[in-house]
Amino acid sequence: MASWPLIRLIPRSTHFRFVKWAPVAAIFSLLLILGSGVSFFTQGLNLGIDFKGGVALEARMPTPIPTGELRTALASFGAHDAQVQPFGSPNNAMIRFLPEANQNPNQAAVDLENKLKQRFPTMTIPSHSAIGAKVSGELLGKGFMALGIALALMLGYIWFRFGLSYGTGAVVAVFHDIVLTLGLLSVLRIEFSMTSIAALLTVIGYSMNEKVITFDRLKENLRKYKTTPLRDIIDLSENERLSRTIITGTTALLALGGTMFFGGPVLFPLVFTMTFGIIIGTYSSIYIALPLILVWGVKRGDEEATPIKLGAGTRP
Amino acid sequence: MLTLSRWKITAVILSVIFGIVFTLPNLLPQKTLDALPGWVPHQKLNLGLDLQGGSYLLYEVDTDALRAERLTNMVEDVRTTLRNDQIEFGELGEAGGIVRVRITDPSKVDQAVSQLRRTIGGPLAGTISGRDTTINNKGGGQLELSFVPEAAKADAVKAVTQSITTIRNRIDKMGTKEPIITPQGSNRIVIQAAGESDPEKLRAIIGQTAKLTFQMVDETVTQDDMIAGRIPPSVVVIPGVQPGAPPIPVSKRALVTGEDLVSASQEFDNQSGQAVVGFRFGGAGARKFGDATTRNVGKRFAIVLDGKYISDPRINQPLPGGSGIITGNFTPESAAELALLLNSGALPAKLNLEEQRTVGAELGADAVRAGSISLAVGAAAMFVFIILAYGLFGGFAAIALFVNVLMIIGIMSMTQATLTFPGIAGLILTLAVAVDANVLIYERMRDEAAAGRSPMSAADTGYRRALVSIMDANITSVISALIMFSMGAGPVKGFAWTLLIGVFTSLFTAILITQVLIGWWFKVAKPKKLPIA
Repeated sequence: MASWPLIRLIPRSTHFRFVKWAPVAAIFSLLLILGSGVSFFTQGLNLGIDFKGGVALEARMPTPIPTGELRTALASFGAHDAQVQPFGSPNNAMIRFLPEANQNPNQAAVDLENKLKQRFPTMTIPSHSAIGAKVSGELLGKGFMALGIALALMLGYIWFRFGLSYGTGAVVAVFHDIVLTLGLLSVLRIEFSMTSIAALLTVIGYSMNEKVITFDRLKENLRKYKTTPLRDIIDLSENERLSRTIITGTTALLALGGTMFFGGPVLFPLVFTMTFGIIIGTYSSIYIALPLILVWGVKRGDEEATPIKLGAGTRP
Repeated sequence: MLTLSRWKITAVILSVIFGIVFTLPNLLPQKTLDALPGWVPHQKLNLGLDLQGGSYLLYEVDTDALRAERLTNMVEDVRTTLRNDQIEFGELGEAGGIVRVRITDPSKVDQAVSQLRRTIGGPLAGTISGRDTTINNKGGGQLELSFVPEAAKADAVKAVTQSITTIRNRIDKMGTKEPIITPQGSNRIVIQAAGESDPEKLRAIIGQTAKLTFQMVDETVTQDDMIAGRIPPSVVVIPGVQPGAPPIPVSKRALVTGEDLVSASQEFDNQSGQAVVGFRFGGAGARKFGDATTRNVGKRFAIVLDGKYISDPRINQPLPGGSGIITGNFTPESAAELALLLNSGALPAKLNLEEQRTVGAELGADAVRAGSISLAVGAAAMFVFIILAYGLFGGFAAIALFVNVLMIIGIMSMTQATLTFPGIAGLILTLAVAVDANVLIYERMRDEAAAGRSPMSAADTGYRRALVSIMDANITSVISALIMFSMGAGPVKGFAWTLLIGVFTSLFTAILITQVLIGWWFKVAKPKKLPIA
């Protein structure tokens, strides 16, 4: 029974030299960022109709969908550059296309739907979206604006709560998370839609959460050990936080795992993005946000100690 | 901190009861629910369109067309005013949003200005002159009339409000399940119709402007004139609704418009037995219609719907009663549809469909199933893991987590916040982050116990000192949820709502419920050592 609960399996005190490995991590991260950048600028994001405008129809048949025949049919209907992708099961397919510039996407969608039903009598169209170029352009702008505002507000909060060098460390790390997540979406050609923005905002939230919790501990240790070098205190704080990071990270991944496998193809991109973001957010807290503080340094005077009151007599 | 004060226990018990009572309607079959007494909460989760199926339509009011129409009317109003006052004028026309006219007789310029000031435009609140138009005397008899900048916005707002009323009338008469029709921004309208509604029919009925006018056919303009383009400025050539019908020249000024209609209905013509639309004008409309038909016996007038004429009957006798019939090549169905459109009134401007999302009810049911399974599997995995990780204390956290789920569902049912498919993912992530609060507390307890504190004191300090980190962490979550809520649309808003409600219930359950449970356990077990130390 000594090893249960499992928390006893995690060593009580670890002495990993996180900071020592930070330069290696930095090179690793830079390479990943470079790769994301290359993918981002060569093939870009796979914008969904939310942001690009156009038509998306989900087609369903009681038998597997003859994708080849469907493609030929679509071309003969004048739906140019129509994409047909299997969706969830072989009986399902997602059809996407961009109508001509002078054509109303909604009308185009209805026309196509009717033609498809004539050609494939057993086909049903359970969902149908059509978005005009004006609205989709606004959605894209709004989406990125939301990301920007979220970042700015969180920077403001951390700056106010901890100080500028913490804020900078956190924001650089969160930027890193966003770039890598966007890079992953670009490399794997995962559709970028309004829900991807929601996923990114959640990733930012989770990642900030990780940083804030380690910052809290770092700040506390800075007061506790006034003469220890900053580098050692960062290592200490991270080691002290390690068991919490492992438990929380595992719980989050377990929770999302259920959705990843049972949530179906609609939720998959959202959950996949969040899962990746949780992993990358945890990594960047340890190897980027905290080591970056070392670059700028922090004030360690007593004036730093006064703002937070943890309750009288609790300081050992 | 760990003392079991009465308010803490009460709060915990109340929250559990609240969660159960407000979640329960979602688990009971509708029949059982209906049989329950009235004071029991009946509200179920308000599922988004992506979960119950339905249509989301975003229309934009064509304000450019509205503006163009108002300017055309202004030109006609200027013409009529000046003619009625026998003021000679020339070069009347509109360009770039400005109506220009030159008064030929210099001595009558002032009279023209004051007359036009009286008749042109309408009142507008919040402007210096209190009117929505300005008249500029450019000198040399040249007058310029234009709308003040605020008028465009006021027009758009008015058009949106009117459109919403009209659309509601139309949809209500179709018998569709209560749709949600809301304005968005300055010139957009969102229509959300849940359940198995036919989006095509919905679109057809909403898309019609249904602007009905009666205009005199100008029989002085011949077929040759029309071909040669010799058309007087007060006349416009319009096509027929029927394909192949020849275009006809009509006077730009309407005799009577659909606004004066009191009722319309589908009828059958006594003589031909054909389907027709019967209509009746009220008060002022009837008088106008009576006068016009009296003055124009023997001439033809056109019944015009959305810029196309349906028919152009000859006036055989005055129609003082203000009622008549519209003939055309109607089927009983198309006559009934036109009657419905006329009864619900015209849209003030054309509506352009900008966005449409339709989800079939079957697909929605699939999504609900997938979401429920994900939630169950995710939660179960978390329960097992947290109990394995922290043993008894993990069990306490799992209980808190369960109450958390109940409270989120309860609050969402009570407030009728919309649960969307991505919202379910948000719910699952919220639970994962809720566990974080407990992990922070327990890890702090272990630290304190390792530092040599007694179990009671370690547990107590654990709660107190973890609180700072927990608050910091949740503030960042609240920030991103609020941003998603204010900027996102549709499903993303639902996601944000779930996240936001989740943050508050998580704080409550993760801190308070585990605290009461651990406090109670301390009292009962009197432990010498923390089980997680």
